[in-house]
Amino acid sequence: MNSNKKIHLLVDSIKMAMIIAIACGLVSVIVFLVSDDPWPAIYSFFIGPFTSLRRIGNIIEAASPLVFTALAVIIIFGSGQFSMIAEGSFFIGITGTMAAAIALDLPAGIHSVAAILFGGVCGAFVAFIPAFLKMKWSVSELVTSIMLNYVVQFFAIYTVSYHFREVSSSSLASLAFKDTSRLPVILEGTRIHGGVVLGLVFCVLVWFFLYRTSFGTKLRITGGNPLFAKYAGLSVTGVMVAAQIIAGAIAGIGGGAELLGMYNRFKWTATPGYGWTGIVVALLARSNPLLVPLAAAFIGYLNVGADIMARSSDVGSEMVDIIQGVMMFLIAADALLRGLKQRMIVKAAKMEEAARQEEAAKEARA
Amino acid sequence: MNVFSYICSVDFVYMWIRVATPILLAALGSVVCNKAGVVNLGLEGTMLISALFGVLGSVYGNSLFMGLLAGLLASLAVSAAFAYFHLILQANNVLCGTAVNTMATGLTVFVLQLATGEKGNSSSLKSFSFPNIEIPLIKDIPVIGEIISGHNTLTYVAVIMVVVIYVLLYKTPLGLRMRAVGETPEAASSVGQNVIVIRFISILICGVLTGLGGMYLSMGYLGMFVRDMTAGRGFIALAACSMGQATPVGALVSSMIFAFFDGLSNILQVLKIPSEFVQMLPYLATIIGLTVYSIQQSFRMKQKMKKQKKA
Amino acid sequence: MAEALHMKHIVKVYPNGVMANKDVTLCINQGEIHALSGENGAGKSTLMKILFGEEQATSGEIFINGKPVSITSPQQAISLGIGMVHQHFMLVPSLTVTENMIMGIEPKKGILIDQKYARQQVEEIGKKYNLYIDPDKKICDLTVGQKQKVEILKALFRGAKILILDEPTAVLTPQETAELFEELKHLRKNGYTIIFISHKLNEVKELCDRITIIRRGVTMGVHDVAGVTEEDISRLMVGRDVVLKIEKEPAKPGKPLIRVKDLKVIDENGSIFLNGISFSLREGEILGIAGVEGNGQSELVKAITGMGGFTSGTVEINGQNIAGKSVKKIRDLKLAHIPEDRMSSGVASKLSITENIIADKLNWIRFSNKGVLKKKAIREYGEEMVEDYQIFCKSQDVEIGSLSGGNIQKAVLARELSGSPKVIIANQPTRGVDVGATEFIRQQLIDMRDQKNGVLLITSDLNEVLGLSDSLIVLYEGKIVAYISDVSSMTEAELGTYMLGIQKQKDEQIKEALHE
Repeated sequence: MNSNKKIHLLVDSIKMAMIIAIACGLVSVIVFLVSDDPWPAIYSFFIGPFTSLRRIGNIIEAASPLVFTALAVIIIFGSGQFSMIAEGSFFIGITGTMAAAIALDLPAGIHSVAAILFGGVCGAFVAFIPAFLKMKWSVSELVTSIMLNYVVQFFAIYTVSYHFREVSSSSLASLAFKDTSRLPVILEGTRIHGGVVLGLVFCVLVWFFLYRTSFGTKLRITGGNPLFAKYAGLSVTGVMVAAQIIAGAIAGIGGGAELLGMYNRFKWTATPGYGWTGIVVALLARSNPLLVPLAAAFIGYLNVGADIMARSSDVGSEMVDIIQGVMMFLIAADALLRGLKQRMIVKAAKMEEAARQEEAAKEARA
Repeated sequence: MNVFSYICSVDFVYMWIRVATPILLAALGSVVCNKAGVVNLGLEGTMLISALFGVLGSVYGNSLFMGLLAGLLASLAVSAAFAYFHLILQANNVLCGTAVNTMATGLTVFVLQLATGEKGNSSSLKSFSFPNIEIPLIKDIPVIGEIISGHNTLTYVAVIMVVVIYVLLYKTPLGLRMRAVGETPEAASSVGQNVIVIRFISILICGVLTGLGGMYLSMGYLGMFVRDMTAGRGFIALAACSMGQATPVGALVSSMIFAFFDGLSNILQVLKIPSEFVQMLPYLATIIGLTVYSIQQSFRMKQKMKKQKKA
Repeated sequence: MAEALHMKHIVKVYPNGVMANKDVTLCINQGEIHALSGENGAGKSTLMKILFGEEQATSGEIFINGKPVSITSPQQAISLGIGMVHQHFMLVPSLTVTENMIMGIEPKKGILIDQKYARQQVEEIGKKYNLYIDPDKKICDLTVGQKQKVEILKALFRGAKILILDEPTAVLTPQETAELFEELKHLRKNGYTIIFISHKLNEVKELCDRITIIRRGVTMGVHDVAGVTEEDISRLMVGRDVVLKIEKEPAKPGKPLIRVKDLKVIDENGSIFLNGISFSLREGEILGIAGVEGNGQSELVKAITGMGGFTSGTVEINGQNIAGKSVKKIRDLKLAHIPEDRMSSGVASKLSITENIIADKLNWIRFSNKGVLKKKAIREYGEEMVEDYQIFCKSQDVEIGSLSGGNIQKAVLARELSGSPKVIIANQPTRGVDVGATEFIRQQLIDMRDQKNGVLLITSDLNEVLGLSDSLIVLYEGKIVAYISDVSSMTEAELGTYMLGIQKQKDEQIKEALHE
């Protein structure tokens, strides 16, 4: 039976390598199809992100918000729910943090912490709504969470434009945050900020939560087989609701950290889509919190590469969304490479059976 | 201006039907999928892609027909990808749908930029639209004529589709097989029905309907493609389908309910409410609609149980 | 006589590595009723799935009427004249009889279904084979026996010449069974070939011409039914004499642990599952619940364990009324529950053995401190359980889903029995479990009883219910039809008459089950 586990791991690794190769191959194909001058574009896409410290920093900055949303997705999907609220929680987290960063008067450090925590509370609250509707009346969390993302988006923009707007600005922008709220840059020459560290800490925390606490184990049991969870006496609805609240809080904190680390004003006019991209990251990390930084960095790399390429060539950066969609398809495809896995398992089973018969024969002789 | 009197006006009802069209078309697509046992979360992206390719097809093919063809081919291609990954490679349908939507957001802007050099909309292209149709005789009836006549071709197609889908599902062999596959796939496959093939066909039919809904947006409702112009209508259609218990008539009724709030948000702009709240309305209405529906369902269940206890 | 079907040296390995068929050969003559027998999990179902194209053989050959064929889909099997009557009916509940029958071969009028002609055809074929069912009824409104008729008709309607019936009598009343046998004999007379899967040996003797026996994925030969006795067959099936004699001391029952009074379970559609039953389970006894499956056993277990509600009546465990209590609260009353279907509700198959074993003990101080798991203690506990319950595995950290049925069941047992329960609800504890594990599980249940606990044993295995129980309740159509306080005085034949509703005890005798 252990040999089966090894086969699974081996085939899964092959699959991941294949998917990354396909993603990179697809980038090249698209560039060749649409660009008049493909070679420099390809160079700037693949190599561009590594050509300066600032650009390497960009990868990490781009990965940072994805770490939080991916963790939220891992927790929600892990509990067996299909709430897409990470997007909305992240955005309301940004909004709540913005309000606290502008309105509160606190000493440096404490101000950031308070503002980000408030963002987390807002994120948790928003995530609670679809969870509550599901618990109480079994309303499908899938559709309500997506609808709620739109509601959150308009609510956030309302908050900025009616309560925190910089009137002297022609486009929509909030007032500047107080300096006390900003997160420090931790690596000179880049914009890598305290939020990045926070993200890494959260990866470890979420891993610890899922695999080393009793509640995390209950969550995984519930996600693995809700009927079994009920049978074992666990409070299935309680676990599902709590999972969504925790996930919402993490996404909200992520929004706050992103805001205070990277910006000094709120300038969004629509949700940035990190919640959706977080799904790709979570899938790529095989739902393992400790692999999330790597997966997020890869997606960050693709985004930075696409940006650099778009600036220096005629290929649009939206290409990266196409790639992410394709990757999501491929990773989700359970049956991909199943033939290979099946052949290997059959071989192993036959060998085991042969060994067993040989042993039996030996025993019979003795 | 009095909002209530406006709601009762001919103009409002006319607009109501206008905004209901894309939701209804996509919801009907979703009905076909649901009956066959597939929840297609990719409606949103499918609509968006066909909206763009319809416009581009009509521009480069220089005819409305080429636009229709291109839009349908695009939505069929996307639906086929969804079906292939979900059915053949057994990927989770929520993830497949999300993949379609993610891809669609990027692909439409990417292609739009290639075609026009812009990322916002296709106003620089001279595209074709589906014509409005005046229905003879009916158009001369006061009030009713004004409401029913003069709509876009696709609006009438949508209404006809309610009947067509009803007949398809309940009167044809394919429909029988779809309903069987959706309810008890083992039973269908035990009489030699290929569950995957039937679901594949259902997803493609859904693609056609959703594609028409998408094209209505860019070639009927507006005369051009605008980035992210579906604005959640695919998801609202999904909600309309489930609230209509996955029946064609149910989908029609629910689509009209959701479209009412969409229409309402159009006219409330004139009031002194922050516009963001007005824009929120269709989405909020969907959440509330689904919730009310579910409360009613669970209430009905409880009533039934109580009745049994008494008996 | 001509060979209708020949399956040669069939091997099947499932993706999880289980080898269900190692070397099976099956040869069926035209116009015979051929029994296919073997224990649960011997590989009968797998073989039939291969024949019907639902699974592909890893290796082996199939011949129909002497011609080699490869069957890759049910569609193909049907076109080769093979029809399958599944144990779990393959019918769409919300569709009508006609719609179910014509699916896939619908008569058409233009592009639409010709409803009138379809209905007429269905009516005709029903009359022809003596299997008439109202074509306009919805499947969900039919009785079990009627549904089975629809299944058989469905196969005949598609031109089946070889009919496979997978344990057809398991769900039938005696009258329905007798009726079915007449219909099958009628079909044989008309030249149909029938494969009859069953492990009810008396039925095989009554109905079949020849029998093929499978043991653990290997055929043990084919025999004329007339030439072998039931004892011969059972010896071939199990590989030893199966007179199940379980060694145990006489029971010394004490005070009641569970008291069920006038329990009724009715669902929202008005179907009655339990119609007012009363009994007690006492310390130091194994109380068996016998009955043909689907006579209220599952609902009884659900009501007692809190997994499903009940409509009226009371259930007391250790003197406490459990009405409105959660599963957790009921478990806290020292109740253990070995579920009927371990894969759907007994384990989370992707989690490790250890995690499954401690799933209900996560809040124990021994295993967690303020919510943080004590990894070392848990690991040691897992090791201990794997050893104590003889769970065969590479390590206690492997996914539980990768184990065999018997080992998964032992892990379930480990979880349920290690929490020192007072009351054990064992629902089909040895179903689909190999012989070794079966013996182990039964011994564990006896040990629990000897430690002054109560065991409620629900099983459809007659041998088991007679051999293991101290006293016995028979359920028929949601009611207790018999209470036997001393099982050793009971014969299988007598039990059968109660189970099939032929006989019923007097009310005074049944009342004794409550011990008041």
